[in-house]
Amino acid sequence: MSAASIYMRRRLTNVLAMILSACATALGLLFLVWILLVTARNGLSAFHVSLFTKITAYADQGGLSNAIVGSLIMDLMALMICAPIGVLAGVYLAEYASRTRLGTTIRFLNDILLSAPSIVMGLFVYVIIVLPMSHLTNGGISFSGFAGSVALALIGLPVIVRTTDEMLHLVPGTLREAALSLGVPKWKLTVQILIRAASSGILTGVLLALARLAGETAPLLFTAFGNNFMTVHPLDEMASLPIAIYQYTNDPSPALHSIAWAGALLITIFVLTLSLITRFLFSRKKVTYE
Amino acid sequence: MQVTSAEPLARDIDKRSRADARHDLIFHRLLKFCALLVLASLIGAALSTLWGGRAVLFGQGWHFLTNDAWNPVADDYGALAPIFGTLVTSLIAVVLAVPVSFGIALFLTEIAPTWMRGPVSAAIELLAGIPSIIYGMWGLFVFVPFMANIEPGLNDTLGQLPLVGKLFQGPPLGLGLLTAGIVLAVMILPFITSVMREVFLTVPTRLKESSYALGSTTWEVLWDIVLPYTRSAVIGGIILGLGRALGETMAVTFVLGNSYNITASLLMPGTSISSSIANEFNEAVGIHRSALIALGFLLFVVTFIVLLIARLLLRQLAKREGN
Repeated sequence: MSAASIYMRRRLTNVLAMILSACATALGLLFLVWILLVTARNGLSAFHVSLFTKITAYADQGGLSNAIVGSLIMDLMALMICAPIGVLAGVYLAEYASRTRLGTTIRFLNDILLSAPSIVMGLFVYVIIVLPMSHLTNGGISFSGFAGSVALALIGLPVIVRTTDEMLHLVPGTLREAALSLGVPKWKLTVQILIRAASSGILTGVLLALARLAGETAPLLFTAFGNNFMTVHPLDEMASLPIAIYQYTNDPSPALHSIAWAGALLITIFVLTLSLITRFLFSRKKVTYE
Repeated sequence: MQVTSAEPLARDIDKRSRADARHDLIFHRLLKFCALLVLASLIGAALSTLWGGRAVLFGQGWHFLTNDAWNPVADDYGALAPIFGTLVTSLIAVVLAVPVSFGIALFLTEIAPTWMRGPVSAAIELLAGIPSIIYGMWGLFVFVPFMANIEPGLNDTLGQLPLVGKLFQGPPLGLGLLTAGIVLAVMILPFITSVMREVFLTVPTRLKESSYALGSTTWEVLWDIVLPYTRSAVIGGIILGLGRALGETMAVTFVLGNSYNITASLLMPGTSISSSIANEFNEAVGIHRSALIALGFLLFVVTFIVLLIARLLLRQLAKREGN
């Protein structure tokens, strides 16, 4: 084979690879646009004020107000549970156990927890909270908004731990040395200097966790269960947007499908806006530290 | 005068530093407790599902894994069909997602003009942000009818091939293992892509430039320099995607068809561990419920092992990077 033909073949392979990789990118973007367009079109055509004013008990004459309220309550309660624990655990990993065996083990397992199946977290909370509560109250309380929040908190926790840990590693060591040389105790250094220095990064982690847990359906199925009426009591069965969407999608009625699409659009807008905000926060963060 | 005032000062400092030490200890313990909670949630998830599924796991033992029946009327439960569905859909997802992710990562690191890289990679990551229930709805209302249209075509083309033909023969329902696998592939695409893109960027520029200087094409640099250098992390990223696919619930529940089948045809409806749990748990009582929790335990153990392998492989590259 002549040198020229080898050269031609190599160039041809290269051009082919480039075309294929551009096609792969186009395919990925195609699916993104496809899913978003379908959600936007179906969601917008079903959009109506009654979504926010009527409860799901009216079925196809109703809205999603109880599901929206339930979702907000459970998401916030979940954040209130997982944000403090996650931030403190992240601080421990970064500042106290960065290189110890316990620290590296927890960091490693936390990374696994990050992609653990969310439905198992629902089962976990079912076994440790729903069942015992039902036993204690003789069936009076079983599924509850509280149990749902705990399940969601378990989804958000590893996200917050991971980001806090990483963000504290970005804080320059000179800051620690300066404070310690002034005789500042370590807890004060951590709370008043390090957490403050990394605050926008930690906030990013909390928002990322919120974006992650707000769209979760599987952990709520057997913890919060669902409710066709409005409730704000954390020990009641509680409705949520993902569960309402799940139930309406499983229903044969097209009218319920369009309400489900409207709910889907709401969640998608909420989650994607959150991830865009975190991207903005994070990119600003990078500029200050590089 | 000086001597007398120095003494209470020294005592003061002593008291303060002792208080500081005490506070430090309390703070340290609080932090450690929170970190241990992370560990506890992992162990707790495993133990609680083991406990909840004990009636089936210990009552039936290995028979649970090899039994292909799932009969709530006779209280006869086997995990074979859900395990089969989970593995098949996840494998389809990985087989489809890996080449596409590889292409996107190549495009984003070597081919695309710089101004394009940021927005395109942000768009691909947006795919990861879409909640899985949206994938499920899109899958059921849009993608299933789409697949039902092209499945007769699959029957006539791929279905006629020797050996693999059986995989693509079946009723054009739209629902089924293949459809679920494709939806999963779209879901895990951004995860695999982002790992590949990140590790491709860790390859030292010197290595790549040396290769270019010797006259390599872009493809040759990627295939002969970048890929060997990042091999373990790339495999880690792929296995990470597999782990995601194994545990995914909402995206597959709607499009699988929920039937306890073990068939050669990918066009037939099936079930998976997670979709069985999601579909039946709230109606199940007694042994049935225990069997579903036992399935959850199996899922957790399998994904744990898969993700463990993925993380270990990813860590290898980080170690070599020397940080």
